[in-house]
Amino acid sequence: MDIQIRDIYKGFGSFPALRGANLDIRSGELIALLGPSGSGKTTLLRTIAGLEFPDAGQILFGGVDTAPLPVSERRVGFVFQHYALFKHMTVLDNITFGLRVRKSKNRPDKDAIRKRALELLDLVQLSGLEKRYPAQLSGGQRQRVALARALAIEPSVLLLDEPFGALDAKVRKDLRRWLRELHDKTGVTTIFVTHDQEEALELADRVVVMNRGSIEQVGSTSDVYERPATPFVFDFLGSVNVFPGTVKDRKLSIDGANVTLDTDNDHAAGAVDIYVRPHDLRVVEEGSSGFDVTIKTVQRTGAIVRLITQLKHNKEIVEVELAHLDPQAINRKVGESIRLQPAIYGLFPRASHDSVRTLPDVDPLAVPEHRERGRLG
Amino acid sequence: MSNPATDYSLQDPPKIPFEPLIERNSSISEPTWVRWSLIFVAILFLALFLLLPLISVFTEALRNGLGPYFAAIVEPDALSSIKLTLIAAAIAVPLNLALGVSAAWCITKFEFRGKSLLISLIDLPFSVSPVVAGLIYVLIFGRQGYLGPWVMDHDIKILFAVPGIVLATIFVTFPFIARELIPLMQEQGTDSEQAALSLGANGWQTFWHVTLPNIKWGLLYGVLLCNARAMGEFGAVSVVSGHIRGETNTMPLQIEILYNEYSFSAAFAVASLLAGLALVTLGVKSFLEWRYGDELAAGRKH
Amino acid sequence: MSTASKPGRRKSPRSAIPGFGINLGFTLTYLSLIVLIPLAGVFIKSAGLGWDGIWHVVSSPRVLAALQLSFGAALIAALINAVFGPLVAWVFVRYQFPGKRFFDAVIDLPFALPTAVAGIALTSLYSPNGWIGQFLEPLGIKVAFTPIGVIIAMTFIGLPFVVRTVQPVLEEAEKELEEAAATLGANRWQTISQVILPTVFPALLTGFALAFARAVGEYGSIIFIAGNLPMVSEIAPLLIIIKLEEFDYAGATAIAATMLTISFVLLLLINSLQAWSRNRGGRK
Repeated sequence: MDIQIRDIYKGFGSFPALRGANLDIRSGELIALLGPSGSGKTTLLRTIAGLEFPDAGQILFGGVDTAPLPVSERRVGFVFQHYALFKHMTVLDNITFGLRVRKSKNRPDKDAIRKRALELLDLVQLSGLEKRYPAQLSGGQRQRVALARALAIEPSVLLLDEPFGALDAKVRKDLRRWLRELHDKTGVTTIFVTHDQEEALELADRVVVMNRGSIEQVGSTSDVYERPATPFVFDFLGSVNVFPGTVKDRKLSIDGANVTLDTDNDHAAGAVDIYVRPHDLRVVEEGSSGFDVTIKTVQRTGAIVRLITQLKHNKEIVEVELAHLDPQAINRKVGESIRLQPAIYGLFPRASHDSVRTLPDVDPLAVPEHRERGRLG
Repeated sequence: MSNPATDYSLQDPPKIPFEPLIERNSSISEPTWVRWSLIFVAILFLALFLLLPLISVFTEALRNGLGPYFAAIVEPDALSSIKLTLIAAAIAVPLNLALGVSAAWCITKFEFRGKSLLISLIDLPFSVSPVVAGLIYVLIFGRQGYLGPWVMDHDIKILFAVPGIVLATIFVTFPFIARELIPLMQEQGTDSEQAALSLGANGWQTFWHVTLPNIKWGLLYGVLLCNARAMGEFGAVSVVSGHIRGETNTMPLQIEILYNEYSFSAAFAVASLLAGLALVTLGVKSFLEWRYGDELAAGRKH
Repeated sequence: MSTASKPGRRKSPRSAIPGFGINLGFTLTYLSLIVLIPLAGVFIKSAGLGWDGIWHVVSSPRVLAALQLSFGAALIAALINAVFGPLVAWVFVRYQFPGKRFFDAVIDLPFALPTAVAGIALTSLYSPNGWIGQFLEPLGIKVAFTPIGVIIAMTFIGLPFVVRTVQPVLEEAEKELEEAAATLGANRWQTISQVILPTVFPALLTGFALAFARAVGEYGSIIFIAGNLPMVSEIAPLLIIIKLEEFDYAGATAIAATMLTISFVLLLLINSLQAWSRNRGGRK
């Protein structure tokens, strides 16, 4: 089922948890809501489920407004971070709960319920454990029971709140892959919340990056990582160096350094912030356009050589990551002076630094115009 | 925006308190009329069963005005019953305090076989009728009791005298302080004590400077509860006291005598003192819970 | 802490913390002198009577009636509390209303109010011209000096046991469980009866047992309102006192031993039932 989210506002007391969220989810999609604590991602998920009520806005399931529907009639399969299994019920009773509480005219007969539950157990690979109690299961098994329980009601949408948050790293990885397979098998529209960018990027068809109650960017995993729409997304998905700069006559200069870059795009002239990921900096020859830094630390970890350097003109720290086979990475020593040039970068108007997160005209579905991608050479 | 708004992303996740449950539109609450009906029933039940008896004590006590009220209290038999009650509590409470701390120390700081049996035994007086508690001392120290002849030969008075009353009081109030401390100290574990010992403190210093500050409010509440029960104990004391007016009558026994003599307002006057004590106990308890709720949380169960 | 010392090998458990021996010694001595040895006296004494002796005392109609009243009324009172206790706990945990803190303190009143005081207060309330009794009198309901009065007094003293054992469990109950039930399509009543109630059931059972045990042994708050008519409203503890006043130590002991035994057996039963239901529910 496709889901439309229209201008959802929600506050808890004086805390604005959601400030105008808009999102279109296509039927059968696997979507990640990604953001830091307090970004409103869980609130959005709970609002879709009907566990929270929006102060303003609409949520449409297949084009139908859900406002009059209480949570118990929405048929949402909700999986809680801490499983929320009924401890006094067996695995089988947990899974069949949603069918057993139906009104008798909608309720399948006992054998059908049992049959369905056993099928689901098979689907989540827990056959044979139907008589166990939740206390007798491992964390990963409990999470799979919770999933089977949610699937038992044939949900129109599956909502997962940090589904792997309480599990250890190994189990987490396995379950992630397994969830992806399960989704491909069942085709249920699925939305999951996570604060783990790796999890979001690995699992989801599309990622919704949230911050402070607003949606910052929606896009495919490569979109959000390679073409961040806002400084926040840049910052949240990986590390980044920020340089103050100026745009004038289609030329971009980094303040205080001898760098001039061509911008192929019409960027409004004025003060900007230049966002550069550590691996998008390259070491260039003396004489090229660039800024000079002194190497403070050299860390070699596997395929990456990380240089912590200090800008000569203002003593700010700049992080650089080079591939270990890069000729420029070989024999770099502490104290050495090198010149750096941004290969790929993002530009954001300086003023936006304070307010971009609440800019009303940011359309999260489009790559905004005030952001560009430059390439030298 | 000239003033950057608070950066919520840096704060803890917003605590969604349990309160939304009572909000009008919460997904997992009851309709308003159900809520208020339940509140009404609960409060009515409490008011009828608990509050009304308390109010009636004071109304009955003051029925004939303040003059007779004070006259009933300063009456010599009443005064001597107050004195005896205070003496009994003054002996029983410190002894049970020592036991409570000592037992809680063993049970919460060490692992040993028979620990749960020990906890059950400490709880035992809770499930023994106070009358039976009195009876057991009669069986021991009474005329036909196991130690009766020996006690008589040595001219020691236990039954129908202060020692018997104190013994019965100790028995009945035995578990209160230990019960309050055990869950509290269990929750706090042994890390702080081990740290103190590793820093060179001896056992007593560790208890005094490390353990005690952590349990002081729970301890205070246990002492108050123990004291209220010690001063108010009726059944057990009734069996061993002998009801000698002006000598072995505690306040609750004095109330019984006055009541059975139809001196209702005098009975209620003495009763109002004990009810006042109960109110103070509850007041302090509520204050402690409000002020030091977290420290007491573990010890809430009785 | 792994201090599984082999039995008989080490005297005190291995621990860095001092004071085990002296404190355990003090506790055990005190416990033995004040509680265990005197209590054992009851059973030694009653053993001296033999089964026939005990049966002779207990089977007399008056004693039987008293035991029946004590246990029967205690059961009814505990059942009343098992209904209203969780209701009160629910209201205090889940809802906000004016005067909440005050009434929360009031719940503990029966713990703090001396039983004799409660006894005369209840009697004056329910006597035919009392605040409550005057309304019941025209309806033909007599409370004071009847078994109903006994039940009311027992309900009074038992209530906090149930409320205070159920309350913390309700407080800690995960909100998610109810939300999960709701997302699965359960209505509120189904959620409460099939999810919340089973969660608090072990605690409710404990509270019930405590309230019951307390009511069986209760003396002070009952004797005033009961009126103590033999065969009608005379409770077992009072009968013990009456026997003692007649210097019938054997009779008193027989009743006491019977009461203790029945209480212990019941508590044991409820304890194992509770352990069973808790094990089944599992811990987190």
